[in-house]
Amino acid sequence: MKKLLTALLFAPMLAFGAGATLHLDRAPDKANDMAALQNGAKVFVNYCLNCHSASYMRYNRLKDIGLTDDLVRDNLMFTADKVGEPMRIAMRREEAKAWFGAAPPDLTVIARARASGDGSGADWLYTYLRSFYRDENRPTGWNNVIFENVGMPHVFWELQGDVVMGEDHKLKLVKPGKMKPQEYDAMVADLVGYLKYMGEPVAEFRKHLGVVVLIFLAVFFVFAYALKREFWKDIH
Amino acid sequence: MSKVNALLQGTLDWVDARFPLTANWKAHLSEYYAPKNFNFWYFFGSLAILVLVIQIVTGIFLTMHFKPDASLNASGVPVAFASVEYIMRDVSWGWLIRYMHSTGASAFFVVVYLHMFRGLLYGSYRKPRELIWLFGIGIFLCLMGEAFFGYLLPWGQMSFWGAQVIVNLFSAIPVIGPDLSIWLRGDYVVGDATLNRFFAFHVIAMPLVLIGLVAAHIIALHEVGSNNPDGVEIKKKKDANGIPLDGIPFHPYYTVKDIVGVIVFLMVFTVIVFFMPEGGGYFLEYNNFDPADPLKTPPHIAPVWYFTPYYSLLRAVTYPLLGIDAKFWGVVAMGAGTLIFAFLPWLDRSPVKSIRYRGPLTKTLLTIWIIGFFILGFLGTKDPAYKFFGAIPGAPVAQLLSVYYFLFFLTMPIWSSLDRCQPEPDRVTMK
Repeated sequence: MKKLLTALLFAPMLAFGAGATLHLDRAPDKANDMAALQNGAKVFVNYCLNCHSASYMRYNRLKDIGLTDDLVRDNLMFTADKVGEPMRIAMRREEAKAWFGAAPPDLTVIARARASGDGSGADWLYTYLRSFYRDENRPTGWNNVIFENVGMPHVFWELQGDVVMGEDHKLKLVKPGKMKPQEYDAMVADLVGYLKYMGEPVAEFRKHLGVVVLIFLAVFFVFAYALKREFWKDIH
Repeated sequence: MSKVNALLQGTLDWVDARFPLTANWKAHLSEYYAPKNFNFWYFFGSLAILVLVIQIVTGIFLTMHFKPDASLNASGVPVAFASVEYIMRDVSWGWLIRYMHSTGASAFFVVVYLHMFRGLLYGSYRKPRELIWLFGIGIFLCLMGEAFFGYLLPWGQMSFWGAQVIVNLFSAIPVIGPDLSIWLRGDYVVGDATLNRFFAFHVIAMPLVLIGLVAAHIIALHEVGSNNPDGVEIKKKKDANGIPLDGIPFHPYYTVKDIVGVIVFLMVFTVIVFFMPEGGGYFLEYNNFDPADPLKTPPHIAPVWYFTPYYSLLRAVTYPLLGIDAKFWGVVAMGAGTLIFAFLPWLDRSPVKSIRYRGPLTKTLLTIWIIGFFILGFLGTKDPAYKFFGAIPGAPVAQLLSVYYFLFFLTMPIWSSLDRCQPEPDRVTMK
C-alpha cells in the first residue's frame, strides 16, 4: 500500500517533462578554460561594451580569469580610468532608445536572465549570436531567428559574413567573412563562456566550497548519529 | 572545582530568584515529556525554527547592503536591483548570504508544508490541539505574506509583475476594490512607494507577528503535549510520579535526535545553495535577473512555486456569479483555499486521529488530494494553455482538481465518520 501511494505521488511528475518550444544549440562549457574566458573578455570589451554596459562587473574582478590589473588596464579598459570601476558605457539610454527602438540591456547577468525551460542562458546566447540574417525590411538590415525583429544589428557580420534566410527556412552563408565558420563559432563560444562567467563570477568557487561543506557535514553527521544512538539505546 | 561549581550554582540561584530560568528550562526542555515514538515526520517542527533563524540572521545582513529604491542609477538600472548584484559580487560572502536567504524562503515552505502534512496524517489538529493548529495556520498565512513582500525586493521583472498581478486582485473586490489596490500600492502602479512599504513589512512587521505566533504555537503545544504517529494521548497513562509512561524528556532525547535531522537538512540545503541556487528556475526565477520594467509585460507571469497551487485555484474560476466579475470569485477561491485548513479540527469527525488506524476511504481521498495539490501547483507555474504531453489540456484538469480540493474538506464530516477505522492501541507503538 505504501509503495503504491508513493508511486501515485510521483506519477504526475513524469508528465511534467514535456513542453519545450525553442530549439537551442548547446554552448560549449568554457568555465575552466582561462584562455577562452580571456579571449571572450577581449571580444566583449571590443564589440559589446560600447552599446551594452556591464555595470555590476568591475574590471579588476577579471583577476578571476587569470588577468592582472596591469593587463586589464593596458588591454581592456577603453572607457574607464580606474581598474576598480564597473564596466560602464558613455552612450546615453534615451539616445540609444531613439536609435535602436529599445535601450541595449545591461549584460552583466544576461546569461542568467536568458535561461528558460528550453536551455541555459549560455545556450540561448550561443544560438542567438549565430542566428542573425539579412533582412532588408529591418532598420538595421538584420533580423534574428530566435529573437524576431531584434533591435540589435549583427555586430560580428564582418567576421561571420553575410547570412541569408533560405526558402527552406534555413540559414545560408552567402559571402564568407574574415573568419571561417568554425572559427566564428569558437569565438562566439568564448564570448558566451565569458558572459556566463560574468553572470556569476563566484560560480566555480561556490561549487568547490560546496564540496568542502558537504564533507564537513558528513563528518558531523557520523558523530551526531553516534550520539543519538548512545542516548536512545535504552528507549524501546 | 567545587568553588567554580558553587559560584555557578550561586549565579543560577540568583537568576532563578528573579527570573524563572530553571523552571522554563524544565517546562520546555528537560521535563517536557514528548512521546517516544516520533518518526521522520516529526523533524520538521524543529527544522522550521532552524529555517526561521537562518532567514532572520541572513536577512539582517542583507538589510545592511540592500537599498529599497526603485529609481534608476547612472547605468539605467534600478538601484534596488543593482544593490542585490552588489551584494552578490562586492560584499564579502554576500553571495552566500543572499543564496541562503533565497533558498531559505523555498526551504521554509518545503518544511512547513511537510509539517502541515504531518498534522493531516496523524490528526494533530484534533482536540485538545485546535489552538496549536490555529496558531500554525496563522504562521502559514504570515509566511505567505512575508514571502510575497520579500519577493518584490530584488526588483526584477517577476518581482514587479508578480506584485502587480497580486495587488490588482484586490481591485476585483466590488465597490472598494480599485481604491483599495491604490491604497495598498501607494501609487497607481507598483513603484518606489510600494517597494519601500513592502520592505518595511518584510523586515519588521511580518517577522514580529511571525515570531509572536511561533511563540504562541510552542506555548500551546507544551501546555497540551505533543501528538504522535499513533494519535493516542500519552498523558492518559502516567507512572507514580505523574510522568507519562510513553513520554521521554525532550532534552536530551529529542535534542540529540533533532541534531541528526538538522545535519541531514543542512546537507540538502547545501546542495541547493552551492550547486543549484536557482533551483531550476523555481527558487530564483530566470527572468527575475531582468530588472523591473513597468513598460514591458513578460509573456508569462508565474508566482514562485509555493504559491502556485492557490494560483491554480484562482485561475480555475472563469465565470461571473451574482453579477460580479469572475476575477473576484477567483480571489475568493484562492483565499478560501488557504483558510480552509483552519476548519480542519471541526471538519474531521473520525473516531481515531492517526492515519495508521483510519480506513481505506480516508487513505484514498487524502492521497488523491495530495496528488491533486501537486498537479495544481505544477499547472500554476504554466501558461493556462498548457497541455500534458502536448495533448491533455491543463485548464480543465485544474478546474476539476480545484473542485476536488474543496469537496475533500467540505465533505470531510461525512466521509471521516463513515470510514471503517481500526481500534487505536492503548499505548504508543515503536514502528
